[in-house]
Amino acid sequence: MDTFMSLADGFAIALTWQNILLALLGCFLGTIMGALPGLGPSNGVAILIPLAFTLGLGATPSLILLTSVYYGAMYGGRISSILLNIPGDEPAMMTCLDGYPMAQKGMAGQALSLSGIASFVGAFFATWGLIFLAPQLVKIALLFGPAEYFALFALAFMTLGGVSSTNQAKSAFAAALGLGFAMIGVDTQTGVPRFTFGEVHLYDGLDFLVAIVGLFALSEVFIFLEHRHGDADGTASKIKVGRLTPPLSMLKQTTPTMIRSTLLGFLAGVLPGAGASLGSFIAYSFEKRLVDKDGKTFGKGDPRGVAAPEAGNNAAAGGALVPMLALGVPGSGTTAVLLAVLLSLNITPGPLLFSQNPDVVWGLIAALFIANFMLLAMNIPMVGLFTRVLMVPPRILMPVVAMVSFVGIYGISGSSFDLLVMVGFGMLGWILRKFDVPLVPIILGTLLGNAMENNLRRAITIDNGNWLTLVDSPLSITLWVIAIVGFILPLIIGRKVKSKMHARRDEEGSLAD
Amino acid sequence: MIIKATRLTVAAALLGASTFGAFAEGFTPENPECIAPANPGGGWDFTCRQVGKALQDLGLIEKTMQVVNLAGGGGGVAYAEVVNKRADDNDLIVAASSATATRLAQGAFPGNTMDQVRWLASIGADYGVIAVAKDSDIADLPALLEMIKTDPRSVSVAGGSAVGGWDHLKVLIAANAYGIDDVRTVKYIAFDGGGEAVTQLLAGSVQAFTGDISEAKGFVDSGDIRVLAVLSPERLGGEFAEFPTAKEQGVDAIGANWRGFYAPGDMSDEAYDAWVSKIADLYATPEWKEIMANNGMAPLDLQGAAFETFVSESVAQIQAISKDIGIIK
Repeated sequence: MDTFMSLADGFAIALTWQNILLALLGCFLGTIMGALPGLGPSNGVAILIPLAFTLGLGATPSLILLTSVYYGAMYGGRISSILLNIPGDEPAMMTCLDGYPMAQKGMAGQALSLSGIASFVGAFFATWGLIFLAPQLVKIALLFGPAEYFALFALAFMTLGGVSSTNQAKSAFAAALGLGFAMIGVDTQTGVPRFTFGEVHLYDGLDFLVAIVGLFALSEVFIFLEHRHGDADGTASKIKVGRLTPPLSMLKQTTPTMIRSTLLGFLAGVLPGAGASLGSFIAYSFEKRLVDKDGKTFGKGDPRGVAAPEAGNNAAAGGALVPMLALGVPGSGTTAVLLAVLLSLNITPGPLLFSQNPDVVWGLIAALFIANFMLLAMNIPMVGLFTRVLMVPPRILMPVVAMVSFVGIYGISGSSFDLLVMVGFGMLGWILRKFDVPLVPIILGTLLGNAMENNLRRAITIDNGNWLTLVDSPLSITLWVIAIVGFILPLIIGRKVKSKMHARRDEEGSLAD
Repeated sequence: MIIKATRLTVAAALLGASTFGAFAEGFTPENPECIAPANPGGGWDFTCRQVGKALQDLGLIEKTMQVVNLAGGGGGVAYAEVVNKRADDNDLIVAASSATATRLAQGAFPGNTMDQVRWLASIGADYGVIAVAKDSDIADLPALLEMIKTDPRSVSVAGGSAVGGWDHLKVLIAANAYGIDDVRTVKYIAFDGGGEAVTQLLAGSVQAFTGDISEAKGFVDSGDIRVLAVLSPERLGGEFAEFPTAKEQGVDAIGANWRGFYAPGDMSDEAYDAWVSKIADLYATPEWKEIMANNGMAPLDLQGAAFETFVSESVAQIQAISKDIGIIK
C-alpha cells in the first residue's frame, strides 16, 4: 500500500501543466532522435541537457524531460529499421530483421503499429517491475560476478546461429569479424593499445554507432548508386503501405511473444553492463527458438519477430533504471548520462536515493507512465505519416539518408576521423552485401566482444588463473546449461533428425513408386 | 579545531585575493566554450557543465558556456585537437583531471606533452579511498596491505580505471608506502567505471575497492561498504571526517584526483589571466563550496603558475611509479 501512496504522490508531482508539456516535448523530440540514424537515446538525452539547464528546470522537471526523450528514442529507433532497413540506434537493429521484410510485403503500417504496441507493453510492464521489484532485483544484479557475466555473453553469442536465417558459416564469419573489430583500442586489463597503429582516435575502440550507420545506412546508399541506371526508382515506389493497424488476430498471435520478451528484456536491462541491445537481441533469438523451430517464418516478415525485439528493448530501458535508481550504477549508456544529470542537480544517486529523495524517484516513475501513454497515443496515429517515407523516390531519399548519416555522426563526435571510419564501414557493408554476409552479427560481435573478453579475463585473474572458476556458481552453471541445451544441441540433433527424416521420405518415395 | 581555523583563514584570504583579481579583468570571452574530452556522463563532462552553469549563474560569464563532448583516446583526441587546431583560441577551456596527467606522464597521448597547453586552475580534488564490503574481516588499511604483502594472490582489488590508470596507481602508491617492494604483484581488476567496481565489491567477487570518494559516498551512506582509508593529507571536513586517513594508520600515501582546466597553448596572456581569475572567483563563492560538499570534493585551490607547477610535479611522480610497475620504460 505504501507503494501506491508513494506513486500517487509521484503523480501529484508529475501532473502539472509544465511537466506534461515537458513530457510531450521530450516524447516528440525523442521519437525523432531515435528515428534518425546516428542519434540514439544517449546522445538525444545529452543534447537536451543544456536545454534543461537553460530553462532553469528543477530536478524533477529536468528528469521528466530527459526520461521522456529516453523512452521516446527507444520507440523511435524502430521507425527507420522497419521502413528503410537502417536501424536508428543499436537496440533497434534486431527490428530490421523482420520489420523490413514486413514493409516490403506491404505491411509497413501494421509493422509500425505493432511495434508501437509492443514497445508500449514492454515499457509499461517494465515500469511496474521497477516500482515493485527494484529492491529485490538489485540482489539479482549482485549475483552476477565476472564469471556469470561471461557465461551470459557466451550464451548470447551462441544464439547468433539463430539470428541469421540462411548460411550459418557466413554468420559465423560475420560474428568473428565483429569480434575482431571489438579488439581495437586500449586493453583495459593491461593498459596496452591494440590495433591502434599509434592513432589516438582508435584508443577508445570503434564507436558502435559509427559502425552501424556505415554498415547499414551508407552501404544502402552505395547499393543505390550502383543500380541508379537500372530500375531502382521503380521498385521501391511500388511498395504498398497497406493497412495502418494490425488485425486483432495478429495482436492475439503476438501477445505471448510480447510478454515473454518483456520479461527477458527487463532482466537484461537490470544487469549493469548488459543493457538494451542485449535485451532486444536475447528476446528475438529466444522467441525464434521457441515459436519458429524450423526457421521458416522469422527473418521473412513474421510479426512476432517485430514484437519480440521491440518489447525486449523497451523493457530493458525500464530495467536499466533499476540499478540506476537503486544502486547509482548505470545499466546502460543512457542511464549513465541521466546519472550525471542527477549529480549536477545535487542529488546523490545510490542505495539511499529512494529514502532521501522520494519526490524525485516517484515523480520520475509517474513521468514514465505518462510518457508511455503519450508515446502510444502519439505513435499510432503518426504511423500514416511515417509510412509516407516509403513513397519518397530513392533518388531523393538516398541523398537525404547520406546527409543525415554524415551530419548525425559528425554531430555526436565532432571528429572527421569518425566520418572516414563510417565511410570505411559503408564500403565494407557494400562488399559484404554482395557476398550475402549478414550484417547484424558484425555489430553484435563488436558490441558483445569487449564485455565478453573483459569479464573472462577478470574472472580468471580474480581466481589466479583457475579456469574452473567459470563454472563455479549455480548461476553460471545454469547459464551454460541453457546455452548448450538450448542452442548447441539443437544444431547437432537437428541435423541428425533431418537426415533421418530425409531417409524416411526416401523410403516412402520408393514405396510410392 | 586548529586545522579548521587555519582552513577558514586560508579561505578568507583567498576570498580577499580573488575579489582583487576581479578588478583586473579586461577580457570577456565572446563565445565561452568548454571541451569535455569524454562522452556525456563522465567526470570531465560534469566538470564542464557544472562550472559552466555556476559561472553563468554567478554572472561571471555573460553567455551560456557551450559544452562540447570530444571523446576519444582517454582525452588524447581533445588534447591533440587543442594543440594542433585551436592553439590560439581565447574562448576555450578544456576539462582535465589526474587522468589527463597520468596519460601525459605515460606518453599515452602520442606526440603530446604537458607544456603544449596552458594550465589554468583547479576546482577541487576528489581524494582516493580504499574500501571493503561492510561484512569484511579486514579491519583497517595495514591489515589489507599485510594480506597483500604475505599472499598477493588472496586479495583482488577492483577499480574503475584501466590498468595503469589513476585508480590502479592509487592502490600502488599505498602498497609502496607500506613497504611492498614489487608493487606489480598487487592484483588489480579493471572495471568500466567506479560504479561497476563497487557493485562487484558488494557481490563479493573482489575483496577491496579503490576509487574516488564521490563514487563511494552513496554506498557508505547506506552502510554497504566500509572505508578503510582516505588518501588525503589530513581528515576531510563535514560528513567525511569520520574516515581515517592512510597517514594516521602509518601508511604515508596521498592520492588526489584533482579536477581542473587547461587552455590552448597560444592563448593571450590577457585571456589567460581573465579565465584564471574567473575560476578563482568561482572557487571562492559559497555556492561552489556547496557544490563541492555535495559531491565529496575536497579543497584544492591552485591557479595560474601554482597550478602549472602542481601538474608538472604530479606528472613526474606518476612517471616514477609507472616506471616501477613497468608500464613505461
